[in-house]
Amino acid sequence: MIEVKNINKSFKEKHVLQDVNAILEKGKSNLIIGASGTGKSVLLKTIIGLNKPDTGAILYNGKDFINGTEDEIKSIRREMGVLFQGSALFDSKNVEQNVMFPLDALTHMGKEEKLDRVNFCLQRVGLENVNKLFPSEISGGMQKRVGIARAIVMNPQFLFCDEPNSGLDPLTSIRIDNLIAEITQEYKTTTVVVTHDMNSVMEIGDKVIFMYKGKKLWEGDNKTILNSGVEELDNFVFANKLLRKLKSI
Amino acid sequence: MITRVGKFVFFFAGLFRNRERFSVYVNLVFEECILIGIDSIFIVAIVSTFIGGVTAIQTAHSLVSPLVPLYMIGLITRDMTVLELAPTFTGVILAGKIGSSIAGNLGTMRITEQIDALEVMGINASSYLVLPKIIAGMLMFPLLTILSGVLCLYGGYLAGTLTEIITAEEYVRGIRFQFDGYNVMFAVIKAVVFGFLITSVSAYQGFFTRGGSLEVGKASTDAVKNSCIAVLIGDFVVAQLLMA
Repeated sequence: MIEVKNINKSFKEKHVLQDVNAILEKGKSNLIIGASGTGKSVLLKTIIGLNKPDTGAILYNGKDFINGTEDEIKSIRREMGVLFQGSALFDSKNVEQNVMFPLDALTHMGKEEKLDRVNFCLQRVGLENVNKLFPSEISGGMQKRVGIARAIVMNPQFLFCDEPNSGLDPLTSIRIDNLIAEITQEYKTTTVVVTHDMNSVMEIGDKVIFMYKGKKLWEGDNKTILNSGVEELDNFVFANKLLRKLKSI
Repeated sequence: MITRVGKFVFFFAGLFRNRERFSVYVNLVFEECILIGIDSIFIVAIVSTFIGGVTAIQTAHSLVSPLVPLYMIGLITRDMTVLELAPTFTGVILAGKIGSSIAGNLGTMRITEQIDALEVMGINASSYLVLPKIIAGMLMFPLLTILSGVLCLYGGYLAGTLTEIITAEEYVRGIRFQFDGYNVMFAVIKAVVFGFLITSVSAYQGFFTRGGSLEVGKASTDAVKNSCIAVLIGDFVVAQLLMA
């Protein structure tokens, strides 16, 4: 479980996050949603430690991630797996080397053991016979799946995904969503997904946090989101004419 | 300017904090040595041979007095190339080739979140990515400078003998005349300093790139410009410290 407590973050004059509080639950897909520029990616980067908040605390299973000692922070980081928006695969390494990278850098596993683990993770995300291909030689959807394989290779307790569907067609998006949901169930990870894709919300939103102008405006799940009664959230959810028409019916 | 220098000092100090295992760096340094050293041999060889040749021809052209012995062409070519042209020209060439490559590589890694990916894994990204480049630069630049010096002298030999401005015996006598080994050591020290300056300045430019492809291009250009300036200032400072 991750607890986000009173997080504030400003960039120069701009107050991007204002008193954000949230509990991200274990074994669930926790979705942070909102329109572009509402602070959801900044919140994710703050939770994973790429931004330091101005005030507030982030607790991983009760351990302070912001003000902990270097060793404590390092031990929490080793329990994290992150899928970045653009996959962030290392261009100079092939698929196998990319997925193996955390094992090479952070463990003392033997070569055979590492290769077995890499092949297991690649199979788990539905990729086979791509070990020797480079990121530039595979599709965007495959890159996302390699990114997920790299994120889970260390068997993390916490899985973070930043816009996992960006740039993907609807069918591939749903496949990626389902893969994230399956991994969450299977490994009981605390999964945090930043998205503005309503398909993802309806597909895997065990818990949904709606961000609006740097504040958490609503919290619920994919069953209650359609009847939230919050105007800003309704405007976001029923953004297109067809959905607005369906809602009025 | 002071802020930038301060940021550079903090960046440099950060390379030695929270480092990875020694064995991780050995492999990375080896890879960087190939990129910085082996892959630069061709350009350094071409440039050095021509510089040596041109130096010999221009020196011969300037020596109009019959009282000055011809072997002075070899001696002047030797002193000019070993003391200044080989290390500084190699430095400027590599500032362009290596500097832009390092800044472009790190800048692209930054904007595509590859550096973020390393940091999230608990890896000190600056130490992991930059320290091997600096160590490799400091190891390979002296070797490239020695190669450059040798090829400058050979270029002078070729140009001198092929154009018949000097005989092979006179030229070799000139480059051996009152040879001082300290000059080679001086060139090697310069090369170590240039290796450090070019790799660290370029890495700094690339590592803190923000934005998109336009900014990566700007970081590469700035890396070359600032590395060249750093090489020239470093050249002056080392000359002042070691020869004054």
